[in-house]
Amino acid sequence: MGYSGLRVIYEALTGHKGWKPAWRDPAPQSEYDIVIVGGGGHGLATAYYLAREFGQARIAVLEKGWIGGGNVGRNTTIIRSNYLLDGNEPFYELSLRLWEGLEQELNFNAMVSQRGILNLVHTDAQRDAARRRGNAMILNGSDAELLDQDGVRALYPFLNFDDARFPIKGGLLHRRGGTVRHDGVAWGYARAADRRGVDIIQNCEVTGFRIENGRVRGVETSRGYIGAGKVGVAVAGSSSRVMQKAGLRLPIESHVLQAFVSEGLKPLIPGVITFGAGHFYCSQSDKGGLVFGGDIDMYNSYAQRGNLPVIEDVLEGGMALIPALGRVRLLRAWGGIMDMSMDGSPFIDRTGIEGLYFNGGWCYGGFKATPASGFCFAHLMATDRPHAVAGAYRLDRFRSGHMIDEKGQGAQPNLH
Amino acid sequence: MIIHHPLLGPRDAQEFVYLGDASLIDRPDWQAEDAAGAFHDYLYLRDNPAGLHRELWFHEQGDRSWLVVTRDTTTHEITSVELARDVARARGRSR
Repeated sequence: MGYSGLRVIYEALTGHKGWKPAWRDPAPQSEYDIVIVGGGGHGLATAYYLAREFGQARIAVLEKGWIGGGNVGRNTTIIRSNYLLDGNEPFYELSLRLWEGLEQELNFNAMVSQRGILNLVHTDAQRDAARRRGNAMILNGSDAELLDQDGVRALYPFLNFDDARFPIKGGLLHRRGGTVRHDGVAWGYARAADRRGVDIIQNCEVTGFRIENGRVRGVETSRGYIGAGKVGVAVAGSSSRVMQKAGLRLPIESHVLQAFVSEGLKPLIPGVITFGAGHFYCSQSDKGGLVFGGDIDMYNSYAQRGNLPVIEDVLEGGMALIPALGRVRLLRAWGGIMDMSMDGSPFIDRTGIEGLYFNGGWCYGGFKATPASGFCFAHLMATDRPHAVAGAYRLDRFRSGHMIDEKGQGAQPNLH
Repeated sequence: MIIHHPLLGPRDAQEFVYLGDASLIDRPDWQAEDAAGAFHDYLYLRDNPAGLHRELWFHEQGDRSWLVVTRDTTTHEITSVELARDVARARGRSR
């Protein structure tokens, strides 16, 4: 049954007795046409678009834990299309367009809020870089607006404009960027995929791949063997661990990224602000908590929790930018595991094994990519050809020299 | 995290900069027939294990020595710390 305002009123008047589970809890069948490994945002979106756009049937999503328990429920909920390079920006622009129509399409309130993202600049060189980035965004159909100091002051008068070392000189405003309720994305895709017949199988960990004559035949799982015509892996954070079971070594390191939320406050920050002189970004959730984050912890980790020095560093960045944060209490801090790739850009590609496809390497930018990642991965799996906007996300791009290195950092994953 | 430096004793991990997998010590032979492929693997591919990981840390805010730290990536527990110089020499480097 569809969700609507009328339905909410009806249920409110009848004691909320008519709500049903949003998706089924089926036992795995012995065989599927397509198995998606990983029931995060990307895996669920892939299954949904495979069923809706590409008319595939008999699809299963296998999730080790529960839907929404991984990175899709751990990120800082920001969506944006403000990349610089040709290999990236058309992809993220497609993603933002899919976000814009997502709730109507899924019949699910994911609280997509295009409240605007402001990247602050503190030097003349940063302003030049912001202008260049803004032009690249506009050329790819996105939106960008360069603000001077007065323009920033009108939006956010409480920022530390006259800091002696990092004065705020302006910012690049991306009005269509914003935030989305991240759990809602997982639940919305899960429900929409389920309604199109996709089996979402939770508590089902993939322990190995059955590969015969260079072709994948199925997956071994904690709930038994499941045969599959095609297998797509979307388990960012654990990509190396899972693909190693198929004998692949990836250009990826796993790192922990921490995120934070403060106690609830009255409305203070209407959009998203990023500090240009340190790594700190902040928005305010609809419940009132300030949601913010910064750097990864810098060392390889699968622990889903970080250490105190980075917490201190992030909070120092926050204090440098917004001195008013000084008396705000931190409510929670947590960690998630990132696939940090060698050039800071992701992969959506075939592997050397026929019928086995890989989606990963999202660094800490995977959430905003969820719709386009699912769409392009579904396109690749259904047609065996990469989607036009994801053609650069190849696994062999380091061998051929076609890296997509937004920051120009080189093969040092923790610096991307 | 506390890193037990072989020369300086227990030091806060904040004094160090992290580079990555200790296999970066094993730079391939640039004159070998398969040097291009070997350098691709050396530069870009990683084992990225969940569990014990041998990795290079640089004591930038200290004595500027390179260390090989063995650490569990699932718990962050450090089980051994060696001077990278000793590790490299044991593998036949820099003789």
